[in-house]
Amino acid sequence: MKNGTIALVGNPNSGKTSFFNALTGSNQHVGNWPGVTVEKKEGKFIYQEKEYDVVDLPGIYSLGAFSEDEVVARDYILTGDPDVIINIIDAGNIERNLYLTTQLLEMKKKLVIALNMVDEAEKRKIKFDLEELSKHLGAPVIPTVAHKGIGVGEIMEAAINAIGDKTSIENPLIYSGVVKHHIEHMEEILKNNNLPYPIEWTAIKIVEGDLNILKKLEEVNVDKKIIKDIKEYYKYHTSDSFELEIVDSRYAFAHKVAEHSVIRPLEEVITLTDKIDRILTNKYLGIPAFAIIMLVVFQLTFAIGEKLLGSFAASSIEGLGRLLEIFLIKIKAPGWLVSFIIDGVINGVGAIIEFVPLITVLYLLLGFLEDSGYMARAAYVWDDLMRRFGLQGKAFISMIIGFGCNVPGIMSTRTMDSKKDRMITMLITPFMSCGAKLPIYSVFIAAFFSKHGGLVLFSLYAFGILVALIMAKLLNKTLFKGDSSYFIMELPPYRIPTATNVIRNMWDNVSGFIKKAGTIIFLVIIIMWMLAVLPASVEPYSQYSILGTIGTFLAPIFRPAGFGTWQESVALFAGIPAKEAVVGTLGMLYAGQYVEEGVILVNAIRQHFTPLTALSYMIMVLLYTPCAATLGIVAKETRSTKWPLVMAIYTFAIGWFVAVIVYQIGSLLGFS
Amino acid sequence: MTKNLTSLGKGEGGRVNSIEAGRYATKRLYEMGLNTGALIKIIKNDSGPVIISLNGNKVALGRGLAQKVILEV
Ligand SMILES: Nc1nc2c(ncn2[C@@H]2O[C@H](COP(=O)(O)OP(=O)(O)OP(=O)(O)O)[C@@H](O)[C@H]2O)c(=O)[nH]1
Ligand SMILES: [Mg+2]
Repeated sequence: MKNGTIALVGNPNSGKTSFFNALTGSNQHVGNWPGVTVEKKEGKFIYQEKEYDVVDLPGIYSLGAFSEDEVVARDYILTGDPDVIINIIDAGNIERNLYLTTQLLEMKKKLVIALNMVDEAEKRKIKFDLEELSKHLGAPVIPTVAHKGIGVGEIMEAAINAIGDKTSIENPLIYSGVVKHHIEHMEEILKNNNLPYPIEWTAIKIVEGDLNILKKLEEVNVDKKIIKDIKEYYKYHTSDSFELEIVDSRYAFAHKVAEHSVIRPLEEVITLTDKIDRILTNKYLGIPAFAIIMLVVFQLTFAIGEKLLGSFAASSIEGLGRLLEIFLIKIKAPGWLVSFIIDGVINGVGAIIEFVPLITVLYLLLGFLEDSGYMARAAYVWDDLMRRFGLQGKAFISMIIGFGCNVPGIMSTRTMDSKKDRMITMLITPFMSCGAKLPIYSVFIAAFFSKHGGLVLFSLYAFGILVALIMAKLLNKTLFKGDSSYFIMELPPYRIPTATNVIRNMWDNVSGFIKKAGTIIFLVIIIMWMLAVLPASVEPYSQYSILGTIGTFLAPIFRPAGFGTWQESVALFAGIPAKEAVVGTLGMLYAGQYVEEGVILVNAIRQHFTPLTALSYMIMVLLYTPCAATLGIVAKETRSTKWPLVMAIYTFAIGWFVAVIVYQIGSLLGFS
Repeated sequence: MTKNLTSLGKGEGGRVNSIEAGRYATKRLYEMGLNTGALIKIIKNDSGPVIISLNGNKVALGRGLAQKVILEV
């Protein structure tokens, strides 16, 4: 039974998703920068045995949408018809947040206002007169601290009460002078018609020059004459004639409300944020600070994930494998079953599970960064450099998210205003090495560079950034010409990351990793295993098997890059459905051969690679075709099949090219 | 007297007089609170984007854009 829909609307980073999670028990991504949520999310809330739908939306500053994520929110507010809106307001930034509120009031939406982040406002010695605030806005106002769940219950009660409330909503904002005259004129044109929105609001939007509203009216087939009249009107008054005046009027109202209900200290309190920013955004220290932060992330990932926990996980899986083998032989299981379970499942899928500790640590650390407020600073310090490569600072946020996983990295480009910036950023995100590639590097690092694991990893990631920037420049000069767009970024206060947020984000990724190991990777490994042991007439895992034949055919492609065995070639292709399968396939094909001698994968790698070919292999893995999920999201975001195809091919070419150069130059210099 | 944002130093400030950027950038800035008469304080203006404070909330603006924000000082 449908009892009602409650939508969460507010400025970016005001705490909507924290609220949503607290209400619905969902685990949506929360982070401390504007633009974390880029799509609509739905959940359920049960109150007195009745179920309500709750909708979380991307953050917006106004109803005139500039970027894709804002379009999602705007369209939902316009056409989704929620029964009540919980408007989440950042108490520390009340005027700007009220600017959006005024627009919701203009639309005559039923509102309940959550005055969020009152804990921080209190620290900044900002005080509120809640009754006054509520009186001016004509809606209940309740102070909340969303990430701690404080006030969430009261808000819901107020929202549910509001659903049943039949009193009509008054728009408290009255325009004056010429603007008022024009709005009235427009109302005259619109009246006596079946409009999808309140007439007064529609009139305001048309005078404001929001061309989207005209499009919406055309879509719902209002009287042709109205459309003609509106177009006629725009002939005399260009659509931007009153745009800024209307913004000013709304702000004047917001200021008036704030004047009556907010008491600010005479002197701004100097916060810890100001002090930290003096270092992290410093002219000379900004980029070095970024490099140090990333280096620390990778060193810790290696020190804790690999050294401390990794070897434990590896030995448990090996131990389990040996026990299983003894057991299988004891019960006289057929040879193919033993081979499948030991080579395929244990050496293949198990090889991947061994890396769970490693990626757990990586995601904990990335989550910590995301929830700290540093992301916006990274965008800030990189803006200048990015600009030289034809992009802007915001692209860097997508790139860092890409370090965790390319899929959300690519989705986060929705927040970009410029189509050109967005396309370029999507196309370079695959060079940001994701968590799923970590197992591959870590095997090679363990085999050849174990003394400097963190450093090698850091260098690979840094190299990925470099290639991404060069490609951005190339794309800018060829396919996507034009200036990079303007950079506007709010810098939220630093917040001590909450354990729940960090663990939630980590678990989201790690459980996905484990799930993948059990599904798609498992499937890939089964297929690889079958191809490797068939036909039954040949020696399993030999180059005469089906897989061996395919691999032998492909191997010459990679010979110039130094790693020309058939196993290494098929492993790369196995990695296209999911990157982890590279290690899984190598594990099955190489360790399988040595299983009698009990040689583990790392030793097998040592026998088949040299430090130089290991390096060129890692570079190939770093740069070549991203996983199927990434290509899929590019198809979805660009609504085309062309771009994912372009991406798959050009990244492959670049990976191959760079790997060849590294190997050839390395050989010339006498490395092996 | 009017001055553009980039010509002001740390700690200085003024009220927004006008913004001479393109239509969308201008509206975006207005809607983010840099509307006519808004009080702005410079937090940082050396290299890279300019950081301003609006009621104690920080916003970074690319230099090119900041140049187009004209303040009454
Ligand atoms: N101090 C404090 N922090 C909060 C509060 N509510 C949320 N946060 C933090 O603010 C940050 C942003 O929270 P989100 O819930 O992601 O905000 P959002 O509105 O969904 O953001 P977007 O999706 O980017 O629009 C996170 O770091 C939260 O932990 C609060 O009441 N007090
Ligand atoms: Mg959110």
